[in-house]
Amino acid sequence: MIRILDPGPQTTVQDAGRTGQLRYGIPPSGPVDRFAFVVANRLAGNPDGAAALECTLIGPRFEAEAACAVAVTGADMPFTINGAEAPRWATVALEAGDVVKLGPARSGVRAYVAVAGGLDVPLVMGSRATYLRGRLGGLQGRALRKDDRLGTLAAPAPRARRVDPRAVPVYGGEPTLRAVLGPQADRFTREGIGALLGNAYEMLPQSDRMGARLRGPRIAHARGHDIISDGIALGSIQVPGDGQPIVLLVDRQSTGGYTKLATVCSFDVGRIAQVKPGQSVRFRAVTVDEAHRLLHEWNATLEGVIREETA
Amino acid sequence: MRFLPAGDLAVSVELGEEISVEVNGRVRALEYLIQQKGLAGVVEMVPTFRALLVYYDPREVGYDALCGAIAELAPQASAAVLPNARLIELPCCYEDPELGFDLAAVATRLGLAVPELVRLHSGAEYLVYFIGFTPGLPYMTGMPERIHIPRLATPRTKTPPGSVSIGGTQCCVYSVESPGGFWVLGRTPVRLYDPGAAEPVPLRPGDRVRFRPIDRAEYDRILGAVEARAYTPVIA
Repeated sequence: MIRILDPGPQTTVQDAGRTGQLRYGIPPSGPVDRFAFVVANRLAGNPDGAAALECTLIGPRFEAEAACAVAVTGADMPFTINGAEAPRWATVALEAGDVVKLGPARSGVRAYVAVAGGLDVPLVMGSRATYLRGRLGGLQGRALRKDDRLGTLAAPAPRARRVDPRAVPVYGGEPTLRAVLGPQADRFTREGIGALLGNAYEMLPQSDRMGARLRGPRIAHARGHDIISDGIALGSIQVPGDGQPIVLLVDRQSTGGYTKLATVCSFDVGRIAQVKPGQSVRFRAVTVDEAHRLLHEWNATLEGVIREETA
Repeated sequence: MRFLPAGDLAVSVELGEEISVEVNGRVRALEYLIQQKGLAGVVEMVPTFRALLVYYDPREVGYDALCGAIAELAPQASAAVLPNARLIELPCCYEDPELGFDLAAVATRLGLAVPELVRLHSGAEYLVYFIGFTPGLPYMTGMPERIHIPRLATPRTKTPPGSVSIGGTQCCVYSVESPGGFWVLGRTPVRLYDPGAAEPVPLRPGDRVRFRPIDRAEYDRILGAVEARAYTPVIA
């Protein structure tokens, strides 16, 4: 059981996400950065999809009401236990009464805190993920507040492990995101597509779990920016009339009527999750075949990042 | 039919270029056939007016194999294969200007008396093309031509949930408070999205919907029952 002393600006419970509800207009939710989320769970000895905390820009302060193990991954938030610095990307044991604090992110946006056993909130349509706009799932469909208490499912204490320091993701700089052109690339001019692929686009502060709003050179449409509304995939780069791209994320609307130039690959969505407002990204086009090969490599990397703690 | 990649985990299957009952029927039929066949690797699907977005797991099926399997099913995808549609009755209070705040303006604009507008709107049967945009919001067709009306010139920033609205050839019911460009004729006390309910979204793509005019007293009575989770819409 943990008790929230200070929730931070937006800390939510997320699990692997809700499947099968998009046809009712309900997005999957779940972690925006799946890599960091899965690693946190594995370090805590949990199944990949166990419910954990997603913290945004500034982490929470919470008290362990019973001994447990935790793992903190994702954005570089200073992590302390009772004021003493503790290792991120590693299994960490807590005693009852320990106070954990995650400070403001030095790089990255979203940190994950997995607790051994996984957080125990009710399953809603098969998932514990929080969908904030729909007030669904997680803890009463909302972000955490002071004095919230979260239990965990029973689990044996995990082995102490950590991520190879060389494998810890670096979130600064100007990441290049791989994207498959389409479904509506034919609705843009050659120059419009060239603008997206040839320039840096800056992350705007209005970005959230629904979409990453970007600003950069205008992306020109060939024949209007409206289409007959259709489904919006994870990572869709939607370009409304103003020519500025929005990358749609885990809390996206299920359908929409704006043209979608390309779709960021699932394995790079997590990298967008860690781009701070003011930081920029670039895009590179890949084919579906290349995307599947890169996805396979990404899965292999995920399998290999954790190693046993050596004394 | 066109297959358009939507990243590494989804493909958009386009079955037409227009909004029509026929094309949408094929989209829903294709979704149904894929479900029935249990096509390998398919994770979930989102039917819309003229396209079906198919999410898949590339560890289980490749892009070309998936498109091939879907293309094989497509010729059988006509509305005839779909199970019988449900008919859902949604009570709707038109008479109170607090709820149906555009009713009088729409009547004027269309050159109709208010009771005639209500009769036309509530006398029709609507088809849910699909559900989307916000949780539980039905995109519906079936509007009598006499009440087709251009959307609002300036969309309003907030439309209350339950607002029964029309725009162009379509009718919709707002499921959560959201911006909107449709004219609001009335309001249903039934929640089309209720995150606390066992089944948060009562409507499904392909449902038929009728609106039953109710007065404000009945609206309030049903709303009370809805809030107590003691109301179920009539489904035939």
